Amino acid sequence: MPQYIIRRMFRNGIVILLITLITFLLMHSVPGGPFDAEKALPKEIIANLNARYHLDEPLSKQFVFYLYDVLIPRFSSTTPGVSLQDDFLITIKVGDKLWFKWMNFGPSYTSKSRTVNDIIKQQLPISIQLGLLALMVAMAIGIPLGILAALKQNTFWDYVGMSLAIFGVSVPVIILGPILIWVFGVSLKLLPPTGWGAKPPYLLGVLPTQIGWSYWRFALMPMIALGLGSSAILARLTRASLLQVVREDYIRTARAKGLRERTVITRHAMKNSLIPVITVLGPMFAGLVTGTFVTELIFGIPGMGRYFVTSITNRDYPVIMGTILLYAVMLVMANLVVDIVYGFLDPRIRYT
Amino acid sequence: MVAETEITRVEAQDTILVRKSESLWQDAWRRLLRNRAAMVGGVIILLLFFTAIFAPLIAPKGYADQVLMDNNKVPPWIVRLFPTMAPYAKISLEYPLGADYVGRDILSRMVYGARVSLAVALIGPILSILIGVTFGSISGYLGGRTDNMMMGLVDVLYGFPTLLFIILLMAFFRGTLSKLEPGTLAYSISALDAKMGGLLFIFIGIGVTAWETMARLTRGQVLSVRGRDYIDAARTIGATNSRIMSKHILPNIMGPLIVAETLAIPAYIATEAFLSFIGLGVNPPTPSWGIMISDGSQQLRTYPNQALFPALALAITMFAFNFLGDGLRDALDPRMRGTS
Repeated sequence: MPQYIIRRMFRNGIVILLITLITFLLMHSVPGGPFDAEKALPKEIIANLNARYHLDEPLSKQFVFYLYDVLIPRFSSTTPGVSLQDDFLITIKVGDKLWFKWMNFGPSYTSKSRTVNDIIKQQLPISIQLGLLALMVAMAIGIPLGILAALKQNTFWDYVGMSLAIFGVSVPVIILGPILIWVFGVSLKLLPPTGWGAKPPYLLGVLPTQIGWSYWRFALMPMIALGLGSSAILARLTRASLLQVVREDYIRTARAKGLRERTVITRHAMKNSLIPVITVLGPMFAGLVTGTFVTELIFGIPGMGRYFVTSITNRDYPVIMGTILLYAVMLVMANLVVDIVYGFLDPRIRYT
Repeated sequence: MVAETEITRVEAQDTILVRKSESLWQDAWRRLLRNRAAMVGGVIILLLFFTAIFAPLIAPKGYADQVLMDNNKVPPWIVRLFPTMAPYAKISLEYPLGADYVGRDILSRMVYGARVSLAVALIGPILSILIGVTFGSISGYLGGRTDNMMMGLVDVLYGFPTLLFIILLMAFFRGTLSKLEPGTLAYSISALDAKMGGLLFIFIGIGVTAWETMARLTRGQVLSVRGRDYIDAARTIGATNSRIMSKHILPNIMGPLIVAETLAIPAYIATEAFLSFIGLGVNPPTPSWGIMISDGSQQLRTYPNQALFPALALAITMFAFNFLGDGLRDALDPRMRGTS
């Protein structure tokens, strides 16, 4: 197992490097830089700006500099937070006047006072909160619904459950979002249509510190809008998987032994039927993460998604690169975790 | 006595009642026809095709005809539906579903918008199957080192968050438009895209991201079929690799591939709608349901009809494809063969 993990991490590393390279090349091959769009600056100023951000150097050099800044951690004795150039995402004090610094994504070309690291620190936690909440919604609604539909197959509950599932899959967030806003935000005026209820500092860098009604009233609509689609997928998958499992021989044996139906289901059928559901959680997490982009735009949530879209039109290279890099890392890590968990659950899988 | 004569009578007639043997496709078609939800979905899709093809005949106005004075006008039945509009709504009987914020007829734009959604629904699977199935079947059939390399490439692309990649690609394509020299290949591609209302780059974007799943699926199927005896038999009589693949392997694995692709169509439609929603999709004034929802969302409090009707159209279309895909999957499921 440890060898498998090491091999996978190695492979993931190559994948992430290639993704960074592709993004870098795509962005830089579009003619025009980040400073061309604005009110026609004189050529000398543009040249100065380009020189300052190293945009006039050969692409390979720029790429290597970028990788060095992001990937290589370093120790340094300069106090963090003093200079914009020296701003890192992860700064840990390891001694008197000695800091461990890692991951500098560079300055933002459009914002003069914030670096990309600042932007990430402030806005990525919100996106992660939204993604996790939506995942919880998806699992809390989808799995029980699927189980119910499977146990009461071809009855009212089955049809209701599967109709809801088809509804969830067919109505994308750009439809569900505005509808929810209109019903609960505009007509009934129960929930605020835009905004988010958490502010930095965050617990562990990600979690909100106060979770009360003031948090949930902002979070309810977005997390349901985002989670409903995934819950539908989970419901259908759980139902199909459980239907298959209860037809197996060992379930018949359990019933023949005289066990109560409830024991049969909970002790024998449930674990095995959840295995395919776990495998799909990795790609589902990916879908949720990209779904947060849509949701943030619709609900006006200040997360990374909104920023990403605007930074593309503004050619803010470091923000684009940083976002894609971070999301890619999150996704490959999530897939790795899912694979490992799957290996634990299903003893037939042997990772050599 | 009686029994003997009866037996001889049966033998003399010599008729044997046997169920007519069916191929997988005939069986699947029969089961599909019985699935009411799938049939409803199919009818809706056919209607959609009809609307898209005959759009100029069906739509009362052109999709770009705007009368600025008429902006935000609504017919009376919509005011009855949304009573909150009564104080400020401007009534007009000319626009069956109302006019949008610059005075274009919503119904006509929805009818033309069907073209965009259906184009995506058609081209997306075609591209995905063309690239993905070819890639996956070659990779699965050759196996070994080639297989590892090809699947490695798919893994790299898989690690890319799809939506981000599409957004990046769209920004890349759109960004080059204004700064190209006429005469270069890139310029002609951009010009073609502009003539198509912005659709070409969407197709390319979807095509580049959608084939990975199909490649993986095909490879898995090919691997499971490769060891079968009839493949060996074909090889012993001298069939070439391409013949084996096209005549023996592919027809046998097509079932799950078709199902997977049909179920992915709603995702393509939703992707195009979302791209148009954020402004990286079709170029205005080409109507797309996504753009209409985006524009309508700006006016959600005041004129909800502008976002509601395109949203309904989008939702119904996706429902239809989902029903059809589910029906196909149930119909082609070999475990249920011969039942009902």
